[in-house]
Amino acid sequence: MTKTMFVVGIDGSDAGERALAFAKSRAKALGECTLTLCYVIEWSPFTFQTPEENEQRHKRREEEISMAHERVLDPAVAAAEQEGFKVVGVVRHGDAAEILDNLAKEHDATQIIVGRVGIRGLKERVFGGVTGRLVATATVPVTIIP
Amino acid sequence: MKKQLFAAATLAATSPAAAFAQEASFDDRVNEIFSNSTGWFVNLIFMNLPGTSFPWIVLWLVVAASIFTVYFGFIQVRAFTHAISLVKGDYSDPNDAGEVSHFQALATALSGTVGLGNIAGVAVAVGIGGPGATFWMIVAGLLGMASKFTECTLGVKYRNEYPDGTVSGGPMYYMTKGFKERSLPGGGALAILFSIFCILGALGGGNMFQANQAHAQISGITGDYPGWITGIIFALIVFAVIVGGIKSIAQVTEKVVPFMGIMYVLSALVILLVNYDQIGWAFGQIWAGAFTGLGVAGGFVGALIQGFKRAAFSNEAGVGSAAIAHSAVKTKEPVTEGVVSLLEPFIDTVVICTMTALVITISGVLVVNPETGLFVLNEAGTAIQTVDGSSGVQLTSAAFATGFSWFPYLLAVAVVLFAFSTMISWSYYGLKAWTYLFGEGKTKEIIFKVIFCIFIVIGAAADLGAVIDFSDAMIFAMAVVNITALYFLMPIVKREMNSYFARIKSGEIVKHVH
Repeated sequence: MTKTMFVVGIDGSDAGERALAFAKSRAKALGECTLTLCYVIEWSPFTFQTPEENEQRHKRREEEISMAHERVLDPAVAAAEQEGFKVVGVVRHGDAAEILDNLAKEHDATQIIVGRVGIRGLKERVFGGVTGRLVATATVPVTIIP
Repeated sequence: MKKQLFAAATLAATSPAAAFAQEASFDDRVNEIFSNSTGWFVNLIFMNLPGTSFPWIVLWLVVAASIFTVYFGFIQVRAFTHAISLVKGDYSDPNDAGEVSHFQALATALSGTVGLGNIAGVAVAVGIGGPGATFWMIVAGLLGMASKFTECTLGVKYRNEYPDGTVSGGPMYYMTKGFKERSLPGGGALAILFSIFCILGALGGGNMFQANQAHAQISGITGDYPGWITGIIFALIVFAVIVGGIKSIAQVTEKVVPFMGIMYVLSALVILLVNYDQIGWAFGQIWAGAFTGLGVAGGFVGALIQGFKRAAFSNEAGVGSAAIAHSAVKTKEPVTEGVVSLLEPFIDTVVICTMTALVITISGVLVVNPETGLFVLNEAGTAIQTVDGSSGVQLTSAAFATGFSWFPYLLAVAVVLFAFSTMISWSYYGLKAWTYLFGEGKTKEIIFKVIFCIFIVIGAAADLGAVIDFSDAMIFAMAVVNITALYFLMPIVKREMNSYFARIKSGEIVKHVH
């Protein structure tokens, strides 16, 4: 039996929940499968900040990471483990599409599973949204859960 | 010094109310008291070298920048492309995502320096020193890159990292820790002296000059009205941000300022492109003026002094303020931030200041005698006569208006935003120096912030001449102390630099693949 790995994007939203639920049902069907749950904190190294924000940045980052663990990731990981899945939880800063794909490459994942967040607003139209960019750039198959 | 500061602060604290009763004289009174109380220090800083008309402070800055340039083997040339690659994030560890990036540290430092120095300062330089001042400004900008490299490397190396994860850096820290490491005496004394000047510099160039020029720009559009009104409005907004903690105002400014900067450069480029046939002439004026003065006030020396002075004031190389701004970056190699900071004087002075100078020269706002082809001096003989008699930011505004009639409005908005972001940056630098002297603590911090806001009102009400003199004097006083320390600490920077570039060469430090 070959080991498989799914990367699942979660963000505390219903879409993330649906993605996770789908990943679980697939993993169950496959048997030997690890789920890597990833929470991405949207962040860009090319933003403009005040000196005070810079001074506080390291502290804020720690707070953001622990909050992501506390509120979303850790409960999800614990729940999945209780259901008998092999789970890894990751919190990263950056661009969601890029992070998820990098994670897939790092772990040799067979696919990335994300929930679809409806495209709305001008920003999404111009930039295509996370899911759109992920589909356009990913190196492994991407499953999008409506 | 302290006594006068106190006197000025009391004056400002008590006077706005009284000023409603006697509006006309308030600005004059502020001006008079201000000039009288700061004059002696200004004279000391700008004292000429014996037997010449050359201020010693200008020589001090140029010599330092030249020594650093040679000592670090023309680092500004050698590491220029490496600096760009660092800013792009090529060498950033992906695991550090979410920390302060090189780009962010540079952008923050730039928003403190790009501002009125580039708009008003350059106009002052070209107005007094003629187009030739531009040449010396560029030279000073290029040399200043090495000073910036030295201070920012040290700023990161000796920053304080506190248990709660916040960082604090700046000349005060490298003076104390660096001197201790080299077993040199006097680090503590230098740090205290630097902090005093940094506080005054924050109140001068980082505050009053900004308020003053913002008022000049606004009143240029709305018509004349007393400066203290602008001052109080500005002071209230700054107060809301730095004391009230209303971050949204600062965040909006931080995002709009870079956009304004780009707009400014683009507008300048368009004006230059439209007048492309005169660019050669303008450079000719700059080149010729640099060495002959073209009959301008003070001749060749005048051009040189003005160029160097305004460049130093604009890019702050050697002043030490950048070491505070850059020190929050996430890096294991202090040299990387030093290298990134090289770009700061380049963008600020070599690119933006030169744009302003070229536009002023080309626009024809400086009056030329059609017969001799030389510039005409004003009645007092202190500066080149301008078409509408303006100077400072209004001169830049007039120059740009020859290309775009709507430009003064855009510039007014830009000036106000630049002034505001520079004030926010300098309130931070000043605060760092303040807490270094008096210790951390809510009440102590608020006292400084309130003093800072009071000086905004004084700055907006005072005359440009008095404010510029005081601002320059304080910024240069910082440079005297800071550069003294840099001389003692430069071997440490050299060791770091050699080790870093050796590891780049050997392949020990590699780019992260994205």
